[in-house]
Amino acid sequence: MNPGVMIFNVLSLAVPFSVAILLAALGENFNQRAGVFNLGCDGIMCMGAFVGFMLPYSLKASTLAPYGNLLGVLGALVVGALFGLLFALVTVTFRASQGIAGIGLQMLGWGLSGTLFRHFVGGVTGVEGILAMPIPFLSRIPFLGGVLFNHNPLVYAAFLLVPASWFLLYKTPWGLKVRAVGTHPRAADTMGIHVDRTRYQALMVGGAMAGLAGAYLSLCQAKMFSDDLVAGRGFIAVALVYFGRWSPLGILGGAMLFSIAQSFQLSMQVWGIKFPYEFAVMLPYVLVIVVLALARKARQLGPTELGKPYNREMRF
Amino acid sequence: MTKQKLVYGSVVVVAVSLIAALLVALVLYAIGASPLATYKTILTGPLSDMFGVTEVLVRSVPLLLVGLGIAISFRSGILNIGAEGQIQMGVLASTAMALAFPHLPKAILLPLVLMAGALGGALWGGIAGWLKARLQVNEILSTVMLNYIAAQVHTFLLRGPMLDPNELETGSGTPQSMRLPEASFLDQIVPGTRLHTGLILALVAAVLVWVLLWKTTLGYRMRAAGAGAKAARYAGIPVERYLIIAMLLAGGFAGLAGAVEVTGVHHRAIEGISSGYGFAGIVVALFGGLHPAGIVPSAVFFGILLIGADMTQRSAGVPANMVLVLQGVIILSIVSAQSFLRNPYAQERLLRWLGGLVPTALRSKKGVQP
Amino acid sequence: MTCLEPISELKLEGITKRFPGVLACDGISLEVRRGEVLALVGENGAGKTTLMNIIMGLYRPDSGTIYVNGEPAHFRAPGDAYARGIGMVHQHFMLVPNMTVAENLAMGLKQLHHFMRLDLKGAAQQIREVSERYELPVNPDAYIWQLSVGEQQRVELVTTLCLGARLLILDEPTSALTPQETDDLIERLQRMASELAIIFISHKLNEVKALSDRVSILRHGAVVFNGRTANHEPSELAALMTGHDVTLPRNEGSGLQGQPLLSVKNLCVRGDRGNLALDGLELELRAGEILGVAGVSGNGQREFADALAGLRPVESGEIRFEGRDLANRSPREIIASGMGYVPEDRQTEGIVPSFSVKDNLILKDFASRNFSRFSFLRRKDIDRNAEALKERFDIRCPSINTATGALSGGNIQKVILAREIARGPKALVAVYPTRGIDMGAQEFIHSQLLERRREGIGIVLISEELEEVMNLSDRIAVIYKGKILKILPAVEATRERLGILMAGLVDTDRPPAPATPPLPVAGAAHD
Repeated sequence: MNPGVMIFNVLSLAVPFSVAILLAALGENFNQRAGVFNLGCDGIMCMGAFVGFMLPYSLKASTLAPYGNLLGVLGALVVGALFGLLFALVTVTFRASQGIAGIGLQMLGWGLSGTLFRHFVGGVTGVEGILAMPIPFLSRIPFLGGVLFNHNPLVYAAFLLVPASWFLLYKTPWGLKVRAVGTHPRAADTMGIHVDRTRYQALMVGGAMAGLAGAYLSLCQAKMFSDDLVAGRGFIAVALVYFGRWSPLGILGGAMLFSIAQSFQLSMQVWGIKFPYEFAVMLPYVLVIVVLALARKARQLGPTELGKPYNREMRF
Repeated sequence: MTKQKLVYGSVVVVAVSLIAALLVALVLYAIGASPLATYKTILTGPLSDMFGVTEVLVRSVPLLLVGLGIAISFRSGILNIGAEGQIQMGVLASTAMALAFPHLPKAILLPLVLMAGALGGALWGGIAGWLKARLQVNEILSTVMLNYIAAQVHTFLLRGPMLDPNELETGSGTPQSMRLPEASFLDQIVPGTRLHTGLILALVAAVLVWVLLWKTTLGYRMRAAGAGAKAARYAGIPVERYLIIAMLLAGGFAGLAGAVEVTGVHHRAIEGISSGYGFAGIVVALFGGLHPAGIVPSAVFFGILLIGADMTQRSAGVPANMVLVLQGVIILSIVSAQSFLRNPYAQERLLRWLGGLVPTALRSKKGVQP
Repeated sequence: MTCLEPISELKLEGITKRFPGVLACDGISLEVRRGEVLALVGENGAGKTTLMNIIMGLYRPDSGTIYVNGEPAHFRAPGDAYARGIGMVHQHFMLVPNMTVAENLAMGLKQLHHFMRLDLKGAAQQIREVSERYELPVNPDAYIWQLSVGEQQRVELVTTLCLGARLLILDEPTSALTPQETDDLIERLQRMASELAIIFISHKLNEVKALSDRVSILRHGAVVFNGRTANHEPSELAALMTGHDVTLPRNEGSGLQGQPLLSVKNLCVRGDRGNLALDGLELELRAGEILGVAGVSGNGQREFADALAGLRPVESGEIRFEGRDLANRSPREIIASGMGYVPEDRQTEGIVPSFSVKDNLILKDFASRNFSRFSFLRRKDIDRNAEALKERFDIRCPSINTATGALSGGNIQKVILAREIARGPKALVAVYPTRGIDMGAQEFIHSQLLERRREGIGIVLISEELEEVMNLSDRIAVIYKGKILKILPAVEATRERLGILMAGLVDTDRPPAPATPPLPVAGAAHD
């Protein structure tokens, strides 16, 4: 096969693959920048995926049907933010250990989405989902057009969120607050920044983005819902934040690396290269471990108070 | 001192149970089930007959073993979320051992099989420990990833190299291994039920873990490394080494749980054999206060919940995923309640708030001490 | 920002605050107005910082009222205090290290916060204005982590003033400065005092004397004295501060001329940022002497202590202890060779906070035959050991089963000292052993160190309290930028001389006295 076509195939698959982990990791970046390590990201994605699927599915026959996908996306954002709020209550207000609480949230989101799905839907059913929306003119550019500009709107949104979240972090008052409370919360507090409030906000924004990532999976990528749809992508997203050294651009790079590996593996099967399926599936997870082992020296740049609850009245 | 700890522990358990029950009731209500009836089925259903009781205990055995391992790792400052994968590795290793030496006498084969299972789990856990100790890889993420990897390895082996040849012949293709030789079975305790001697093994293990953690220098080192890594380092304890040892032990217990499931219950490796015990074990360990004396009852309690949830699925149509919801809610409420109640500031505020509720006449007696 | 007029008078009435187990402030009343410097003195733990955090709205008082310009004010957060013109320069700088000076200021200036836009130019402009007006040069675009301690303090002053502070609270502002930097700061503050109200917190009485108009003394959370500074001598204030006439024990006799015990040669060690924090450090410790290591913190003390404990890799050089090179040995081997260690951060390095007192007392010896057999712990012997040490070292704890982290700083330090001394070390390294603990415990620790010296143990005392170093040491080594600049016999050391050395200047006024044994003077040619 023509190598140009092969690269085109791999890349044009990789772009949509990267979206879910990119969105979730950009959201997780806000959490971690504010000093909270949210391992429940995976559970929030499950809930987002379920809500994103459920709304258009149940509105199929109603007059709202044309807005089903939009409502699904909005619902996923809202439910994600609510889960972020719950996590904020546990880790910010009650100051619980974030690692274990994250696992709790993951179980809750995973279990709840499965429970509700089995109760309200039951079996495997598809939805029409969000369709591709090629961008006029740009999509006709040879090679690049197909790789970058022939996707559904959420893909474009996700890639626009990379510069947007950079801008938000470094150029706006809110970003300043987020960075401050993650690095030196007491200093932020003495400067009149509400540490807890900022962390709540960051967790809700991060949660909403994880919810959106879930909705992308169910509405755009799989066009269906199942218990194991998310399959640990939330954890991969958390790892990507480390890998990207808390910078949106680094996270984008990490997300692309993962999705290229994944689409390469799928393409290999299409090309008929023999390789046990199970090993192909485990590849991204192995990659995460390798990446984490290599990304370990990044601590100084990041939020130094990551994982530590802040207590104004605790003396030091 | 110990009395205080006991009171504190009970307060946490009661508070957590109430919060969790309330939150899950909301979910049950949302899916149209009656919370009270569901709780009644879950909690009393499994204990209504002898068979139910033995089934509860059958479930408690792996929960107890996994929970003990988790307690060791958490006490040593490493958060092992990877029991699920470690169980599967234990299953594979013990199955392979039993199938490799089918003609050995029971007195040799059974211990060998159990040890192989423990070793398989230990090695799998040890990877995460080594990554943490040498490369500072966050153990939560690495163990989660190792779970996914183990699941794939498990599936690959059961569908390929370890697949029962009979399955190929009959063509049903169920991914499972050959049936194990009888010499590798754990005996039944109550004839006619599935309750096996693994229960005794698990109880002995609980005592051993208690002795290990609180009576030996190894346990002292591991607890010091977990409770104050810096101070331990200053005192000459190579913390990294004990992180690895803790993960080896934690993985070993999970692997043993897998081996016990194979030799005591299923008598072959099947898909889905770990059935969430790895995650439930975390809840069991936390609910038991990371202490064997608490983990034993906690394992039985979650055994009841698991069986009860199955029953409600059949009788009331509540999906069994509900157990995951319950576990998640319990974890969230445990960590919240613990850190809230452990915080002296919160304690004092609570006391003062209570003091505000008590009439002034009583306050002189019960008020906050200066 | 606010229509309220800026502060010209602050009054506190009956402020009370309790923390779990501690009454930090007990009915404190104070007053300060514009053009006046109030010094607030007291020992560590007397409640000074807590009181200031209450004024700043960081803590809320259990009872009592704050009056600003005669009206009661309720501060829920530091922003409220700033809005009324109260600002504070904290002892531990409240600056975010990975942000610029301008960004740090912008956190507090809400008028720079526009929708989706942060006006950093405006912040830089304000910084330039204020730094010109008060002659406090600051570069608004510098990252905090690039700045020295003195510069960071200047940034804190400038940002506080930019936030509109007209009442300035300075919490032990000189604790991290050299004597020369201190003089400079005091001079600046004197100039600024005419248009501001200043509360100056310190326990250094000569500074108080130099700067303040009035002085209030806190003891155990209560005001025990109010007066005009001019009317009272420092010695009088000292007596009031401590409540009883504590005279800390001093190193009297000339030491035993012991054998060389520890000799450090050309030691090079890297700091956390990869810089060479120790750059050819040399010194020698003899048995039966206390060698004080004085210096402004951040000149390699931490790295030196870490290298001695085996917790930081040694790049080159040797640490010879009784003839064996201990450089790059494991902590275990160093401990076994007879080196005792009192670490800098007692809460996290000295003890395991959640462990009981008895378990912390065997932290280094649990594996010895005294406390374990066949790797099983011998609980009875551990209890007996703990009871004996509790008695001998006057550790005040409800029981030996109490969690050590719940004890006061002084008692935690006693636990550590008891453990280290009971092991019968040949040498002891004590890093800031009395930082932040009460006078009584301080006295006890000092006399313990002196007693060990008499028994022939060699002690390296790393401290930034000149008083402490001068009181206890036989010889004093001044550390500067990772080198020992000079070693002086304690009898020749004065505050001034040490101060000059600590600032990195070679003292030329007096050559080292020839009467003392030949000393390895390293880095004296520094210029």
